[in-house]
Amino acid sequence: MDTDLGYWIIPLAIIGGAIRVSTPFLFVSLGEALTERSGRINLGLEGTLVFGAMSGYAVAYLTGSPWLGVLAAALCGALFGLVHGVICSLPRVNDIAIGIAMMILGMGLAFYFGKPFVQPVAPDLPAISFGWWSDIPQVRAALEVNVLFLIGAGLAVLLWWMLRATRVGLTLRVVGDSTDAARAMGLRPALIRTCATAVGGAFAGVGGAYLSLYYPGSWNEGISSGQGLMAVALVIFARWNPLACFGAALLFGGAGALGPVLQSVGVSEGYYLFFAAPYVLTLGVLIATSSPKRAMTGAPGELSITK
Amino acid sequence: MTLSVSENMTPTRSAFGWAALARRAEAVVIPIAALLAGFAVFSLFLMLQGKSPAEFFALVYRAGFGTAFSWENTLSRAAPLLLAALCVALPARLGLVVIGGEGAIVLGGVGAGFAGVLLLGAPAALALPVMVVAAIAIGALWIGAVGALRHYRGVNETIASLLMAYIAIALMNHLVEGPLRDPASLNKPSTAPLDEAFRLGTIPGWDVHWGLAFGVIACVAAWVLIDKTTWGFAARIAGGNVRAAQVQGLPVGKLIVGFTALGGAFAGLAGFFEVAAVHGSANASLASGYGYTGILIAFLARHNPLAIIPVAILLAGFEASSGLVQRRMDLPDATVLVLQGFVFMAILMSETLYGRFKIFAPERWRTA
Repeated sequence: MDTDLGYWIIPLAIIGGAIRVSTPFLFVSLGEALTERSGRINLGLEGTLVFGAMSGYAVAYLTGSPWLGVLAAALCGALFGLVHGVICSLPRVNDIAIGIAMMILGMGLAFYFGKPFVQPVAPDLPAISFGWWSDIPQVRAALEVNVLFLIGAGLAVLLWWMLRATRVGLTLRVVGDSTDAARAMGLRPALIRTCATAVGGAFAGVGGAYLSLYYPGSWNEGISSGQGLMAVALVIFARWNPLACFGAALLFGGAGALGPVLQSVGVSEGYYLFFAAPYVLTLGVLIATSSPKRAMTGAPGELSITK
Repeated sequence: MTLSVSENMTPTRSAFGWAALARRAEAVVIPIAALLAGFAVFSLFLMLQGKSPAEFFALVYRAGFGTAFSWENTLSRAAPLLLAALCVALPARLGLVVIGGEGAIVLGGVGAGFAGVLLLGAPAALALPVMVVAAIAIGALWIGAVGALRHYRGVNETIASLLMAYIAIALMNHLVEGPLRDPASLNKPSTAPLDEAFRLGTIPGWDVHWGLAFGVIACVAAWVLIDKTTWGFAARIAGGNVRAAQVQGLPVGKLIVGFTALGGAFAGLAGFFEVAAVHGSANASLASGYGYTGILIAFLARHNPLAIIPVAILLAGFEASSGLVQRRMDLPDATVLVLQGFVFMAILMSETLYGRFKIFAPERWRTA
């Protein structure tokens, strides 16, 4: 049944696109929120995302199981996070600079090992249709929701609850807010931060696996266009709150879907400018939410970018 | 690990002698050791896959530094890297980590290319300066904006500059595929080719374009600015401690915007040379990663503009040889990126070593 929806197709496609495009943002931003809550920033998640996309795709292709791919991506991401965490535990090593180096290293290793996997086709991750009630194909397409998106949404709630109501969350927040207080409590800040960075890296790896195993659903060197980096800015916008990360990821996903959607309805004028929309939005949000005078509300006290 | 407070906290300022030499040697020995450590890890990486590191480095030497031709190739690639590294090193002296120089290179190149198209038929003596000014102004505005956002709005400069690099590349794609596109450029959308008179030649006697000379001059000028002028002195104070600088009445905002804008101007100039000396028009080749390699160079040089010159030439040699290495050793083109990643990690980890070796600290020589 081919219904002519006219320009209604645009908001519909943006909603569908937001759900599809937001998942990597969601995973990377949750991982980054966790890491930053412990007082460290990992700018290398862009590299982790790309390596996760490669390793997930490769393992899914070799084993035939996309879920093993996701697991492999998570493990690789955890390893990258662990390396970042251990190196940053050395005195006088700058976490931002190490993140930049890890970004280059992660992309380099992913492109290096990923070359043989550009051609083969790996199995996709499954999606659930929430559009069964509608006869309109576009609605059905928009409501094809990937399982990882749902897991990510659940994870956001879980992390929010964990940070708020559990002992682990309290420990993490203490370490993030004051190294001295954490030491006085007998905690080991460097160890806890390293663990938080490793878990954050695992999340980013899963985000990468989503890119290569579902949408866009193939592995190539242009798989990520800075989602890992934008997610870092998104965490600031979300004020380090996992639930707000979920909302922000949807917003950024919608902005990211703008270019492809307009192209699909035949708007070709300024096509490349619409591709810049997520970056412009990120920058705008950063400018709007930053302030030179006061510390940002909700910011972990030990975080280098907010000091 | 804290330094033991010795009886002699203020280092004696003897201009010559072992003590002065030892103090200076630390800043040279540690980065070189880190560079070698990075190479060692990379060698291990190659050996794990049954490739010979000896062959790799021999090929890099041959294709990057072995002959006059390979030197010319290396030096031509070093030109934009020198300028791109300055875009990182200058803000770094103020404590800012600006990593979006690629954006200024790309837009500077588009600005120069567009100015060249507008001035078609004008004398080169008029057109070339206009193209240079266009590239420099765009680059300075682009990265200067990052500095201004940082100082006046508290926006993190690392993230903002990288986001702006993505925006710059999207803007360039829009311009060279749309309003500025030369209809004759079919496969590779570009601005109209520059007038032959606007193309920069090579330095007499060498097959290396003028960008290298300007890159070296820019590095020396930046060193003079940082090490020999009051502006540079003020910037170093502000980089060490912003509050102290503000208490001293130093114009921190102007310094931040000025140094970031100057860094952006150099990156924009790199874009001009890529257009006027290499490509002949502005197109997607401008975004070839020089800005990102420049980050590594600046960190390896510890943000010292003079040290940028040898480091940029070294890394340019690796890039110049990558084609040969790929073919001969059947390695993917990302090999250079992997090597850069390992070296970058090693150099950052080496930061933890400063002040740990007694041999570099004359004031601790006599204390047991």
